[in-house]
Amino acid sequence: MSTTLWIIVAGAIATYLTRIGGHLVISRFENIHPRVEAGLNAVPAAVLTTLVAPAALSAGPAEWAALIVAGLVSLRGGLMAMFLAGAAVLILARQFVG
Amino acid sequence: MSAEAISENRAKSDFWQGVRLSMPVVVAAAPFGLLFGALAVDNGFSVLEAVLMSAMVYGGASQMVGIELFGQHVAPWLIVLSIFAVNFRHVLYSATIGRRLAHWPLVQQAVGYFILTDPQFAVAERKAEAGETVGFAWYMGLGLPVYVFWVTESALGAVFGKLIPDTHALGIDFLLPIYFLGLVMSFRKRPLWLPVVVASAAASIIAYKTVGSPWHVSIGAVAGVLLAVILPPHHSGVEARP
Repeated sequence: MSTTLWIIVAGAIATYLTRIGGHLVISRFENIHPRVEAGLNAVPAAVLTTLVAPAALSAGPAEWAALIVAGLVSLRGGLMAMFLAGAAVLILARQFVG
Repeated sequence: MSAEAISENRAKSDFWQGVRLSMPVVVAAAPFGLLFGALAVDNGFSVLEAVLMSAMVYGGASQMVGIELFGQHVAPWLIVLSIFAVNFRHVLYSATIGRRLAHWPLVQQAVGYFILTDPQFAVAERKAEAGETVGFAWYMGLGLPVYVFWVTESALGAVFGKLIPDTHALGIDFLLPIYFLGLVMSFRKRPLWLPVVVASAAASIIAYKTVGSPWHVSIGAVAGVLLAVILPPHHSGVEARP
């Protein structure tokens, strides 16, 4: 087996372990403590925020405008409307401010 | 109509409902699939290897990091460790979503966890939050198109990589943060949402500047989750049980 193939297979196994590992650990407990449950409920906002915040900080005016408009649209519209509005503002703004 | 036919129709419509929700994900991920294929070949992968990595690892950011390190001739075990580090956030996803998938047969669960990406997790968790059951057909409707397009785009990028136009003007490098912001916003009705977002944002930015990528994701995530654990239960909306 070539080194590349080895890396791909090992990387795939490592990734699958992260995707099933949390469930395997949690499911061993019969009762989930309320504080653990509170922590789990915070997971979506906590993890997804880390995928936005540093990227937003190191971006420029065009990206900020896109995020602000997308954020406002998401208060009323659905995910698709939010996404299209943000993308439109981004492409438009980049024509002017690189 | 027999009960069996009704439940089959039900599964079909659930599946297509999932497919509809997958469309923004397919659009947002498309440039990255193409880009991954192009970069992979650029860094010394064959077309087949690029496709294989997309099909087996199926995690965009980790694949990008993997081929980048591969191109720099970093030791193989270190590449695998980096892929693991970038994907570590899935441990939290899997612990959280497990509550919603527990009623599936084991084989379906094993498949379900394989396609547990960021949007897959967030959209499924949102459905559960709305009080709806997360069924296998719906979940696959949401995940399969994303998977098929991802693998296909990797192949196209690997074969035609040199033809990709000015990606910056098209804004494609910033589509995912926009999409992720939308997902963050969609959880805003949850208890503690704002404190958790502020804590995770601050911690991830500090970690990004000090420890560096990809650890800022895990560190920022743990900060937000810990805050929710530490604050008294009446803030988090989880009733203490006797």
